[in-house]
Amino acid sequence: MAALLQVDNLTIRFPRAEPVRNLSFEINQGETLAIVGESGSGKSLTALALMQLLPRAAQIPNGRIAFGEQDLTKLNARGMRQLRGRDIAMIFQEPMTSLNPVMTIGRQIAEVLKVHEKLSSKAARERAIELLKLVRIPAPEKRVDDYPHQLSGGMRQRVMIAIAVACKPKLLIADEPTTALDVTIQAQVLDLLDTLRRELQMAVVLITHDLGVVAQWADKVVVMYAGRKVEQALPDDLFNDPLHPYTRGLLAASPRLKHDFHYRDGALTEIPGSIVSAVGETGCPFRPRCNQARASCGHHVPQLIVPAADRLVACPFTTSSKAVPHAAALSH
Amino acid sequence: MPALLRIGRTLRRTLLQAIPTILGIVILNFFLLQLAPGDAADVMAGEAGSATAESMAALRSRFGLDNPVLVQLGHYLNNLAHFSLGFSPRYGMPVADLIAQRLPGTLTLMATALVIAILLGVVLGSLMATFAGRIPDRLLSIFSLLFYSIPSFWIGLMLIVFFSVKLGWLPSGGAGTIGSRLTGLPAILDKARYMVLPATSLALFYVAIYARLTRASMLEVKNQDFVRTAYAKGLTPFGVTARHILRNALIPITTMAGMHIGGMLGGAVVVETVYSWPGLGRLAFEAVMGRDFTVLLGILLLSSLLVIIANAAVDIIHAWLDPRIGAR
Repeated sequence: MAALLQVDNLTIRFPRAEPVRNLSFEINQGETLAIVGESGSGKSLTALALMQLLPRAAQIPNGRIAFGEQDLTKLNARGMRQLRGRDIAMIFQEPMTSLNPVMTIGRQIAEVLKVHEKLSSKAARERAIELLKLVRIPAPEKRVDDYPHQLSGGMRQRVMIAIAVACKPKLLIADEPTTALDVTIQAQVLDLLDTLRRELQMAVVLITHDLGVVAQWADKVVVMYAGRKVEQALPDDLFNDPLHPYTRGLLAASPRLKHDFHYRDGALTEIPGSIVSAVGETGCPFRPRCNQARASCGHHVPQLIVPAADRLVACPFTTSSKAVPHAAALSH
Repeated sequence: MPALLRIGRTLRRTLLQAIPTILGIVILNFFLLQLAPGDAADVMAGEAGSATAESMAALRSRFGLDNPVLVQLGHYLNNLAHFSLGFSPRYGMPVADLIAQRLPGTLTLMATALVIAILLGVVLGSLMATFAGRIPDRLLSIFSLLFYSIPSFWIGLMLIVFFSVKLGWLPSGGAGTIGSRLTGLPAILDKARYMVLPATSLALFYVAIYARLTRASMLEVKNQDFVRTAYAKGLTPFGVTARHILRNALIPITTMAGMHIGGMLGGAVVVETVYSWPGLGRLAFEAVMGRDFTVLLGILLLSSLLVIIANAAVDIIHAWLDPRIGAR
């Protein structure tokens, strides 16, 4: 089966920087792909590139984003508009500011239906109520006339989801959909997304820095660092046997994955330094922070290698953690 | 309808606040005017060329100008309580009638100018915001700066020179063709022809303000997250601007427009003088020169009322434009 979305060697260039470099991944119909990385790793820009909503200063000098038959990087504005909201939809990180404050939520949902399905105002309103019901908002007939400020953050994110799934898109891009929400609401929203994914047979690109989310909801994980893919694996493989030193650091710094961990048991480990150190680095971007760095790491950017089936990693020196004791991979 | 409820609540609050405001304005203005040297009797005597002390005293006692200041204030407030604005010694007629003659002219002039200013300003500002930093924006910025800095009387004179004298398209002054006896639509069209130049001269300054304000406000709204959401829905750039950006950007503009209504009355004095437009602005000017304080007080009272009404209108528009405002 051909992939629904195939990204090949995508590079995003700003006048002074290249925040995403030679990124490739693909996603099949109905699949959830998680893109993980810290702030500044280029994951949100990748999402905006898929929607062709990058800031004006950004360019895509090379690379291809194949969606079905079309290459989104070459599609004209009109063609892209027809895809946005209908075939590819996106939900954003900040539900507090992502809805228009002076428009009722009903009209904001109806708008996308009017644009793509040419529904009348009345029919669009009916559908908006159905959609509110679909995203589990209580009393949708009343809520449809509410303004965003009358809703809580979790409810607003549900409205955003309702807007996104209104036209039954083939691909839903969720850019840190739960980061701004309370922990108790996060799971509800992600469960909802997963249910809708199955009901509507959407593919989901889930962008997150929360590894707990990845473990539970993703079918495939891409780990990004400084604009590059450093590791790709199935979630089970990734968590049981992380290969890239960065992935190992991330997992060691994550509290939720160890069920019996308590803060009294000791401090969480951290990855020293910051992603800023990758700027101007000629070799492996992670070298300044890596505890396994060698002299040769500074020569050139490591190529992705295939250590096992369904896996990719951009580190030539990594071996399975089964061989290297896990604690040794953690840096202090 | 929650919208109506919101508007009603706003209106009631505004009305209750208006009463003490108006009373304060009247009393303050009354004392301020007492500071000006001379009174109506002085001016009338001066215009007559000769007057004896007796005739001036007679004039003063006839119009109550010889009473102590506080007694005069008491009289004036008493009149007001009976819904009378007093009697003008200079024009020899009740102030209310005098104002009623002139008010429609000024109101139509101001309303036309304001509508022109807002429509043109918002359209130009939207264009400037759309092309921010590029040629159309730069050009329009220069023009708006020009209109912002040129005094309206000079614009008025230049418009007369160009459109009335050189081209002969539009009349240079007055409020309607004298003795034309038109009725119905032709009469309205005739009035409109006379309105074009004065309204334009009054409006251009405000066009410049609204254009720059719209530009700034739209550029600010443009960067907000919900605009990105709107694009993500597949809306056209025009759809996003019209449905999402503009309405959010209009809020500061309505605030400014409300504040400008009072200021426009001041601008109207100049424009009405240039175009010999029979309006309140010119009446106010003549009342100052003639020390006709009853007329002036009446006009000031009326303009303060106008400002209060304008503010209430702005509050209502705000409550309608922005649902978060009524929720306080």
